[in-house]
Amino acid sequence: MNDMPRIDRRAFLVSSTAAGLALGFQVPFADEADAQALPPEVNAWVVVQPDDTVIIRIARSEMGQGSETGLAQLVAEELECDWSKVKVEYPTPGQNVARKRIWGDYTSTGSRSIRESQEYVRKGGAAARAMLIQAAANEWKVPASECRAANSVITHGPTNRTTTFGKVAEAAAKIEPPTDIKLKDPKDWKIAGKPVKRLDTYDKLIGKSTYSIDVKQPGMLSAAIKASPVHGGKLKSFDAAKIANMKGVRKVVRVGDNAVAVIGDTWYQAKTALEALPVEWDAGENAKVSSATINELLKGGLDADTPFVGNKAGDAKAAIASAAKKVEAVYAYGYQAHACMEPLNATVLYTPDKCEVWTSSQNGEAALAAASEASGLPVGKCDVHKLLLGGGFGRRGRADYVTQAVLVAKEMPGTPVKLLWTREEDMTQDSYHPTTQCRLIGALDANNNLTGLHMRISGQSILAKLAPSRLGQDGRDPVTFQGLNPGGTEGVFGYSIPNLLIDHAMRNPHVTPGFWRGVNNNQNSIYVECFMDELAHAAGQDPLEFRRKLMANHPKHLAVLNAVAERAGWGKPAPQGVFRGIAQQMGYGSYVAACAEISLSNDGQLKLHRIVAGTDCGHAVNPAQIERQVNGSFVYGLSALLYGGITIKDGRVEQENFDSYNVMRISEMPKVDTIIMPSGDFWGGVGEPTIFVAAPAVLNAIFAATGKRIRTFPLSEHNIRTA
Amino acid sequence: MARFTLNGQTKEVDVDPATPLLWVLREQVGLTGTKYGCGIAQCGACTVHINGEAVRSCSLPVSEAEGKQVTTIEGLAQNGVLDRVQKAWLDHDVPQCGYCQAGMIMAVAALLRAKPKPTDADIDANITNICRCGTYQQVRAAIHAAAASA
Repeated sequence: MNDMPRIDRRAFLVSSTAAGLALGFQVPFADEADAQALPPEVNAWVVVQPDDTVIIRIARSEMGQGSETGLAQLVAEELECDWSKVKVEYPTPGQNVARKRIWGDYTSTGSRSIRESQEYVRKGGAAARAMLIQAAANEWKVPASECRAANSVITHGPTNRTTTFGKVAEAAAKIEPPTDIKLKDPKDWKIAGKPVKRLDTYDKLIGKSTYSIDVKQPGMLSAAIKASPVHGGKLKSFDAAKIANMKGVRKVVRVGDNAVAVIGDTWYQAKTALEALPVEWDAGENAKVSSATINELLKGGLDADTPFVGNKAGDAKAAIASAAKKVEAVYAYGYQAHACMEPLNATVLYTPDKCEVWTSSQNGEAALAAASEASGLPVGKCDVHKLLLGGGFGRRGRADYVTQAVLVAKEMPGTPVKLLWTREEDMTQDSYHPTTQCRLIGALDANNNLTGLHMRISGQSILAKLAPSRLGQDGRDPVTFQGLNPGGTEGVFGYSIPNLLIDHAMRNPHVTPGFWRGVNNNQNSIYVECFMDELAHAAGQDPLEFRRKLMANHPKHLAVLNAVAERAGWGKPAPQGVFRGIAQQMGYGSYVAACAEISLSNDGQLKLHRIVAGTDCGHAVNPAQIERQVNGSFVYGLSALLYGGITIKDGRVEQENFDSYNVMRISEMPKVDTIIMPSGDFWGGVGEPTIFVAAPAVLNAIFAATGKRIRTFPLSEHNIRTA
Repeated sequence: MARFTLNGQTKEVDVDPATPLLWVLREQVGLTGTKYGCGIAQCGACTVHINGEAVRSCSLPVSEAEGKQVTTIEGLAQNGVLDRVQKAWLDHDVPQCGYCQAGMIMAVAALLRAKPKPTDADIDANITNICRCGTYQQVRAAIHAAAASA
């Protein structure tokens, strides 16, 4: 089926050809030429209704991470509007294309919704404010410089005359947008930077929010689907006659070359019939693959000769050869399923002239490109209506399920069809957190200084499967080195080691990999931070002090680590039976650290008492939502550590549902104590970064408790449990 | 034909009696606040009340609701006034993606009926719904607040 690269390339074509522009998009408020297609607006980001309701347009997706509220705060801050009258709406990807990508990028992946759009959305709000003030000044025939806006009210200073945004919005829309826009200093923020509540909560409490699974269309049918259980396998045959008489069955259809779907009056009927449908697959060679063969494949990469080098200083191998003490360890990290609470789905109405999609997507433009490609209709005849996401975590950045839904709906022109994956399909056709192994060798000199480190990663590349066009010219996958980079703004390695070599031997099993909250930072932080702990113990030094000596050139990393250590009381006695572990990392532009406090009984009963988590995300747009992201990231990350593990047998994923893919419940939740310490001169992400440090902090605490180092996961395989 | 009381109103639905209540609610009745998460009573996203008790509707044939009082998330608020659990959820800004929260709220509402002042251990033992966003810390605080508000 469709993979990312075709969609990416197609999305690029969408943006460049449909708009007749070069790559990139215009300053969002500069081009209002074709605004008539939408309701009256001050500019692309702001609509003000006569009753002073302010509608703020949100291009990115809301999957629980709170970006919708945060982005609205940023626009409202510059707009100087009444926050209690703010609503949001999502312009469709089709409207974005039609308006020369006026809303910019639509993706909510890589913790980038706010940090990559904050400047232009704030400018959108500021421009709208200037236009509204100018409209009032024109009406009063006074200079705009004598007027100010606050709380949706415009005041003329010298005369104290006032009007509201709603009264001048229509006139403001006709005013030339300003070209010189000065944004507020964040220290003057009144709405942004504050722990305001989410805009979307109330409807979620009364069952009124519409997720894409809830979409209803007149005359809609529903479909259930099954794709080849062995990824890469093909659909050989199916016997539709066997289920033709089952109640509600409308049609049985081949979907691409690897799946079959049943279209029914209701989804439950379609699903029941699909379960009874005889299907034959051509699994191919991959049917011989198991977790054991994958592990062997990766093990071979630990000694391979021609790796990709991600970070290098001095001569690590020479330093290791001449070390007074050599420390060596091999770690491994397995596949993880996303298991979003809302199984993947999309509803499509296809006619020979138009293809409309209703779905929850982290990448609306990729969904649009997929709709165009699968329907065979030009982009201008397709559109995607984005609904709330019942979780995303990276999985909904792909559009494979949209492609399927369009192919199914094409079999029923003029009839809307909702394609919904079962939980079992969702878990077995995932794009899994990739699997890697890592050998680390550290060199300590006679004074127990770390003089060299070689870190060899062997394993799967996400880009090689989903976006090969983003691989380096030599074939490297730069995403493999998240958190290990020598420089840049995304994920800088936080230690200065005179002789350093971090390299990657790419080994790609057939199991589809994907972006999973935190992505390669998850295992890289375990590898680095647990091994730092091993080195500290080998050197006979306190793990925090050992790190600090290596972090002098990385003050932002160090500041967060220090803040966490201080809050946790590192160096002071813990309560009886409680042990601590510490970890730090940088990713998605933010600096994070954690200190876990655990106890562990002799029979393996693990109690997570508290995790102190620190984050320097540069600017904190909504501290209350950041705190929730930190909490939530720990549940996602620690579920993987405790239980997560997708295993392969006969080429197939063995886990199908939450009974075999366990996740944390409330009883296992540690108290999370969050430190938000924005240092102000950059913009980092918050949806993912803290997830990296939860697992190594807990693992280091387990070592402190037991003296035993765990290097393979999940913990349940070591008879350690929290429930 | 299945007949039950749904959010105070009598419902008659022409459906195979083996159909799970979840799908009758979502597809025949058209109330979509109750969510599909796993289909095997593991995650609790489909939790509704039957005669006041929390039940995972994905694994309950509609025939077993025959003649009973079924309450869904849409019927928890009375005359537009939020239930104390919903109110506590609003005050604590609990939901993230929100998909599991209808089931979570229904499970908690039933718990508070049985145990008006639940301890943390009561919560741990009784609230086993899955939330992948990880709202558990806010959920616990909101449960205690809802209990205190009674």
